[in-house]
Amino acid sequence: MTVTAGWYMALAAVLFVMGGAGLLLRKNALIMFMCIELMLNSVNLTFVAAGHALGSIDGQLAALFVVVVAAAEVTVGLAIIVMVFRKRSTASVDELSGMKG
Amino acid sequence: MVDFIWIAVALPLLGAATLVVFGKRIGEPRSGYLASVLAGAAFVIVVIAAANFFAGGHQGEQVYLFSWIPGLGINAEFLWDPLSAVMTMVVAGVGSLIHVYSIGYMHGDERYSRFFAYMNLFLASMLILVLGANFAVLFVGWELVGLSSYLLISFWFEKPSAAAAGKKAFIVNRIGDFGFVVALMLIFATFGSLGFETVFGNAAGLLSEGGGTVTAITLLLLVGAAGKSAQLPLYVWLPDAMEGPTPVSALIHAATMVTAGVYMVARTGVLFELAPFSSGVVATVGALTALYAATIAIGQKDIKRVLAYSTISQLGYMFMGVGVAAYTAGIFHLMTHAFFKALLFLGAGSVIHAMSGEQDMDKMGGLRKAMPKTFATMAIAWVAISGIPPFSGFWSKDEILGATFNKGGYFVFLWAIGLITAGFTAYYMSRLMFRTFWGEKRWDKGVHPHESPGSMTIPLIALGALAAVGGLINTPWKLTLEHFLEPAFENVHLAHAPEGATPWILALVSVAAGAVGIYYAYRRFLVGEAPEEKGGVWETLLQGYYVDDLYGKTLVLPGKAAAEQLAFTADAKGIDGAVNGVGGLVKRLAVIAKPLQTGLARSYGVGILGGAAALVLIILVRGGW
Repeated sequence: MTVTAGWYMALAAVLFVMGGAGLLLRKNALIMFMCIELMLNSVNLTFVAAGHALGSIDGQLAALFVVVVAAAEVTVGLAIIVMVFRKRSTASVDELSGMKG
Repeated sequence: MVDFIWIAVALPLLGAATLVVFGKRIGEPRSGYLASVLAGAAFVIVVIAAANFFAGGHQGEQVYLFSWIPGLGINAEFLWDPLSAVMTMVVAGVGSLIHVYSIGYMHGDERYSRFFAYMNLFLASMLILVLGANFAVLFVGWELVGLSSYLLISFWFEKPSAAAAGKKAFIVNRIGDFGFVVALMLIFATFGSLGFETVFGNAAGLLSEGGGTVTAITLLLLVGAAGKSAQLPLYVWLPDAMEGPTPVSALIHAATMVTAGVYMVARTGVLFELAPFSSGVVATVGALTALYAATIAIGQKDIKRVLAYSTISQLGYMFMGVGVAAYTAGIFHLMTHAFFKALLFLGAGSVIHAMSGEQDMDKMGGLRKAMPKTFATMAIAWVAISGIPPFSGFWSKDEILGATFNKGGYFVFLWAIGLITAGFTAYYMSRLMFRTFWGEKRWDKGVHPHESPGSMTIPLIALGALAAVGGLINTPWKLTLEHFLEPAFENVHLAHAPEGATPWILALVSVAAGAVGIYYAYRRFLVGEAPEEKGGVWETLLQGYYVDDLYGKTLVLPGKAAAEQLAFTADAKGIDGAVNGVGGLVKRLAVIAKPLQTGLARSYGVGILGGAAALVLIILVRGGW
C-alpha cells in the first residue's frame, strides 16, 4: 500500500475539522488560537500534497505564504490576548462581548 | 523720474506690519514715534517727487510696479500728476500732524501700538487710492481705507456702540461699493481696460455725449462716491463713526478718506463731462446734502457730532463743485477743509481730553481761559469754515459758489441753497464755539480742564497756520493751485468763477450770510440767558430727522427678520433637518441588522465556517463554478 496524495488530503481534512470543532467549542482565547493554527497547517498540508502530486512548485509557495502570514498573525493576536488578560483577568471569549450591537 | 514714489506707500505699510507684530515689545511711546516718523518720511518723499511740478513741469508720469492680472492687462501702476501730487501731500501732510497729535492723545491706551499700526495702514491705503493709475489699483486703495476705517472706528470695541458703529460704516460703504464695482465692470466692458489713460483717452470716441452707457457709468460711480463721502442718502454712517478716537475722526472722517469720493469724481471728470445729467445729479446731491446736514448740525449737543454733520455738509459743497465741473475749486475746498476740519476735530479732541472724556456741550462752557492755545487755534478754524476772509474757507467755498452761479439756469437755485448753507454753517459753528469756550462754566464736579501737552498743541498750531493762510494759494488774483492742477484736467472744460463785478457781489453776499449766522448765534448765546433748546423741533434735529430710525425700520429690521428666518427656520429646520433625517434613517435601518452583531466571537466563527462549508457544498453539487 502506497501513501498517495489522497491520504494526505484525508489527514488534512481530519485536522481541519478538529481545528474547526475546537474553535467553535472552546471558550479560552488561547486554545482557540491554537485551533486556528491547526486549521491553517492542515490547509498547508493540502497545498504541499497537491503541489507534489501535480509536480508544481505553487503548492509549496502558497504554504510558505501561509506560514509567514500566520507568524505575523500570532504576534499581533497573542499580544492582544495578553493585554486583554491583564485588563480583565480572563481569556474567555464569551465574557468579552463588548462589541454587541 | 519719480520711480521712488512707491517708497511713500511702502514705509507706512512697513510700519503697520512692524507694529502689528512687534508693537507690544516696542511699546509706548516708541510705537507712536516710529509711526509718526514713517508718516513724516512719506510726506517728505511726496514733496520731493512733486518738486518737478513746483518748478513748472506739467508732464504726468506712470510708474510701473509689477504685472498684476496679465490676463486682463491690468498692472499695478501709479499715476503721478498734479492732482495726485496735491492729494498725496494733503493726505501725508495732515496725516503726519495727526500721527504726532495721537502720541499725546492716545497716551495710556491699552492698545497704544495697535492704534498706530492701523493709522499707518490707513495712510498707506489712502496713498494707494490717490496714486492708482487705473481703476483696479484705485479700488484696492478704496477697499483698504474702508477696512482701516472700520478697524479704527471700532478701535474701542469693548463699547458696544463703537463696535456697532464700525459695522454700520462698513455695511453702508458696502452699498456704495456695489455701485462702484458695477461701474468698473461697465467701464471694462466698454473700453476693455481699466487704465485711466486708455479710458479717458478713448472716452470721447467710444461714448456719445449724454448717452445711456456713460450716464449709467457715472451714476454708478456717484453711488460709490456717495457711500465713501457720506452724501445723501448714504451719509448715516459718518455721525456714528465719531465713536472712534478723535484723531481718527480728524484724519479719516474729516480730512482724507471721506474726500475719496470727491477725488474720484474729479479724476473721472472726462466721463462726467460726457454725462451732463449725471453731473447735474452730483451737484444736486451735493447741494441738498450740504443744506440738510447743516440743519442737523444746528441741533446737535455732542461736540463731535456737530463736526461730523458739518463734515457731511462741507463734503456736499465739494460735490457741488465737482458737479459743476469746477474740479480745481472742489479739490481746493477739499484741501482747505482738510486743514480747518482736522484742526476743529483735533481741537475738539483736546477739549474732550481736558474735560476727562466729556463730549456734551451742555457740560462745557467758559473754557477760553483754561485752554488758550486750543481756543485760539479753533477760533481760526471757526472763522475759516464760516467763510470770513481772508481765512482759507472763504476762498474755496466762494470759488465753488461762484462757479455754480456762473453755470446759470437751474444751478442758480443750487447756488442759493449753498448760500443758505453758508449762513447755517456760520451759525452752528458759532454755537459750538460760544457754548464751549464762552459763557458760564457748566462742568461736572471733579473736572479740572487743563491745556493739552505739546505733542497735541503743536499740530494744532501747525494746522491753525495752514487754516489761516492756506486759502491764499488760490485767490482770484493769483490762481496758483488752479494753474498747478490744470495739466491734470487738460481733457475737461473747467468751470470758472464769473468775471467782472459779479464775483465781488457774490463774495459780499456769502460773507454777509456768514456774518448773519455768527451775529444771530452771538445774540442767542452770548447776550443774556442762553435759550434752552428743548421741544419737538430740537429733538427732531438732535435725532437727525429720525433717519436712523427710518432706515432701521425699513431696511435693518426686515433684513434682520430675513436673516433670522434663514438661520432659525431655513437652516435649522431645512438643512439641518435633511442631514439629521439621513442619520435617523440609517439609525432605524440599523435596528434590523443589530441582532447579527452578538459580540460573541464563536458565533462569528459559526458564520464563517458555515459559510465556507456552504460554498464547498455548492461547488461539489454543481461540479465547479
